[in-house]
Amino acid sequence: MTTQLVRPERFFLEKFGLTERHLERGLGAALGTQIDYADLYFEYRISEALSLEEGMIKRASKNISQGAGVRALAGEKTGYAFSDEISVENLELAGSRAKGIAERAGAGSPPPVRVGGPPPHDLYPVRIPPIEIPVEKKIDLLQRIDAIARKVDPRIVQVMGSFATEYKIVLVATSAGVMIGDIQPLSRLNITCIAQEGDNRQMGTCGGGGRVEFDFFFEDGRFDRYAREAARLAIVNLSAAHAPAGTMDVVLGPGWPGVLLHEAIGHGLEGDFNRKKTSAFTDRIGQRVASELVTVVDDGTIPFRRGSLNMDDEGTPTGRTILIERGILRGYMQDRLNARLMGMKPTGNGRRESYAFQPMPRMTNTFMLPGDSMPEEIIASVKRGLYAVTFGGGQVDITSGKFVFSASEAYLIEDGKITRPVKGATLIGHGPEVLTRVTMVGNDLKLDEGIGTCGKDGQMVPVGVGLPTIKVEGLTVGGTQSLTKGEIYLQ
Amino acid sequence: MISQRIAEEVLQEAKRKGATEADLALVQNELVTVQVRFGEVETIRSAKEVGLGLRLFFGKRSATSSTSDLSRESLDRLVEDTVVLAKATAHDEFSGLPSPEELAKRFPELDLYDPEGETLTVKERITQAKEAEAAALAYDSRITNSEGADFSSNLYRIIYGSSQGFVGEYRGTTFSLAVTPIALSNGAMQRDYWYSFTRHLKDLESPEAIGRQAAERTVRRLGGKKIKTQEVPVVFDPETAASLMRTLCSAASGPSLYRGASFLIDRLGDRIAAEIVSVYDDGTMPGHLGSKPFDGEGLPTRRTAVMENGVLRSYLLDTYSARKLKLVPTGSAVRGIGDVPTVGATNFYLQAGPHDPADIIQSVDRGLYVTEMIGSGVNLVTGDYSRGAVGFWIEKGELAYPVEEITVAGNFKEMMLGIEMVGNDLTFRNGVVAPTLKIRRMTVAGH
Repeated sequence: MTTQLVRPERFFLEKFGLTERHLERGLGAALGTQIDYADLYFEYRISEALSLEEGMIKRASKNISQGAGVRALAGEKTGYAFSDEISVENLELAGSRAKGIAERAGAGSPPPVRVGGPPPHDLYPVRIPPIEIPVEKKIDLLQRIDAIARKVDPRIVQVMGSFATEYKIVLVATSAGVMIGDIQPLSRLNITCIAQEGDNRQMGTCGGGGRVEFDFFFEDGRFDRYAREAARLAIVNLSAAHAPAGTMDVVLGPGWPGVLLHEAIGHGLEGDFNRKKTSAFTDRIGQRVASELVTVVDDGTIPFRRGSLNMDDEGTPTGRTILIERGILRGYMQDRLNARLMGMKPTGNGRRESYAFQPMPRMTNTFMLPGDSMPEEIIASVKRGLYAVTFGGGQVDITSGKFVFSASEAYLIEDGKITRPVKGATLIGHGPEVLTRVTMVGNDLKLDEGIGTCGKDGQMVPVGVGLPTIKVEGLTVGGTQSLTKGEIYLQ
Repeated sequence: MISQRIAEEVLQEAKRKGATEADLALVQNELVTVQVRFGEVETIRSAKEVGLGLRLFFGKRSATSSTSDLSRESLDRLVEDTVVLAKATAHDEFSGLPSPEELAKRFPELDLYDPEGETLTVKERITQAKEAEAAALAYDSRITNSEGADFSSNLYRIIYGSSQGFVGEYRGTTFSLAVTPIALSNGAMQRDYWYSFTRHLKDLESPEAIGRQAAERTVRRLGGKKIKTQEVPVVFDPETAASLMRTLCSAASGPSLYRGASFLIDRLGDRIAAEIVSVYDDGTMPGHLGSKPFDGEGLPTRRTAVMENGVLRSYLLDTYSARKLKLVPTGSAVRGIGDVPTVGATNFYLQAGPHDPADIIQSVDRGLYVTEMIGSGVNLVTGDYSRGAVGFWIEKGELAYPVEEITVAGNFKEMMLGIEMVGNDLTFRNGVVAPTLKIRRMTVAGH
């Protein structure tokens, strides 16, 4: 298949022998007198993954999936049906099933479906999608990474590298007569190193990517940096002491530590939880939920980012939503259903993992805007605390607001200086309150390298986060070493 | 629809394209999920989905592929694409299909399929979900909100075939009913849940019982406090003890071991846990959630003693990791459609002990009873363990008050050795399960 110059609407109509009339029939089957809204979602996805371990390419895989989902909405009810066989018969069948689910109602008149224009943005104009790059070049990249990482230090005993890329074509046709499509490339390079010294084994991971061309990984020696960073992390952790336990000041480094925002406030500001009033942030718009140094946005329009989209999976253009402005809660992230039920506007956050799922409000790229402090001055302000720079994942309980995120690279700060590495530990806090204790915000906003995947109700979607260096006073750090008499470390 | 004929045709096509060996899995799911909230249907999702996962070998080179499009044209192209990929991968002396004599020769009847799943109507599912939620809402006036109740079911069929002439097939069903109520008190909300997950419809706990249990678990969390940082004995309830078993299972899995990414490397035959701890993985238990007649490479499933009286007896291995580690495969290959076989649990459990859970709590003077953990703070390479926790403070053998916004931390190796009491409350409500466990000492971080 040649992927260049494909227009999503032509792609689906030609590949599956469909016409606009067929789409109208599918929508018509889903519409009834009591149905507020219906839409069709088509998806075709090719993905390829290569992985290297023990110095050789051990795994190569290629996956193709395609299908269509039909949704009918009536009030708060949703009917959803999908099929992995795209045909007019299946569209009608799924449409009538979706309608039957949402409401038992009479026949509606099929709406006219117009061939839509392109989406409002063109955030990832990729000339050659990485899926089309010959596999030999990707293998060569992974082998170079293996060599670089092993050369960093003789204690690096294992290097695992993977390159995964997908090419997704989507098309949305709605009962409002809109037809709009998008082509969404996505690639990710990941490197994990294991270092060993005696019986002590430690791991370090680094990677990145986005909706980018293959050349992205070579710009400014990016792959080389990832490889060295993964090796460096594994080596640093060889000398890490036990992490402290208890409440202390925590300085978060720039970039990926923005996972704090994703867990502490992001999920709690998704429209569905607020419509149902099950979020700890319910009915708190206009209230103070952070210090006035804190402004947080969700922005799906940053070019080439992993979390960006030209349109969401309901065909709504993505945008920039201010979640917190100088500490005041300003807005929620919405899909169509929840926006309508809450009398708000969709914000372009209606996303789904695939055609097998109905959309729901999800984040795109969530980050804090920079402040005025110099990063060094933030660290210097801490008498005793933790400087956490690399994280694994996190999780949140939306209702109680309690969230965790786990550091994988951290250092003690003693008398304003970074002293020595400590083992990773989980940090825990209360979402609606933690940002009120942000007392310094750095001028060094960084977005993450493009590695995030967010899970909600069993659906995984790519996301981004970002953060400048910040200081959070009094965060609970879940290490093993109890604080005694002001001492924060013990061997 | 999937069929053995499709499997045979694809294997033949692979052979025609020069593959020396090949195997494939075909999967078909019929999924229905009903969600109700405040007595109204909120979502119904229904679908049939199919998938084919193929693995080709050219000598010792291999590649995998998958598709949801089972048309002849698409499958032929898939084989071609996989051939190109396989030729690009490295010669790996350990790669290849299992040896033919290892393959399952007969398929035991494991009682995995409930034909009632075929006739169960959407209306009946809605009724069960509504009853479960209603029971939760009626339980206590502090239950003020709800994330609703879900009834989900899957009727699935799996075919596995290989170029060695193996073709096997089985069907299964699963049913689940879950409720998530929300309680409010003094302006603070808490949610918890309860569920039942079974192979047979008749084995589901009653909607009323699930609803009441969910409500009881939710209400008891109200008024949770943070506690001060300290080292204390920690009791894990069966749900959280099961998550310790998931960590153990990952660490004992062949791929983690040969990559050097597990704290259990070179520990076979060693005492790695307290003597009262025995752990098994048994894929042959009739009617259980993790059971199946053969694994993702056609090997018969079996009962593997992973740990006996605290001594590590076996890892869980697929064909590739067994060859790498110079061990024998344990019938533990799991095959996701889009990926190479890896290792997974069947019914993985810590054997029940002698103690009543109430006696275990009573044995603790001051300590923590954990009922939920969040986050993924487990380092499989080192065993370092640090996760967010919710539960109850134990004072003089009694649950004194709920606690939250704390972490529990330690090292998994020491945690296993520190298991002091094992409960008698093991139930197979999931694939990976454990009874109540008491660990001598962990660090709890709070203020």
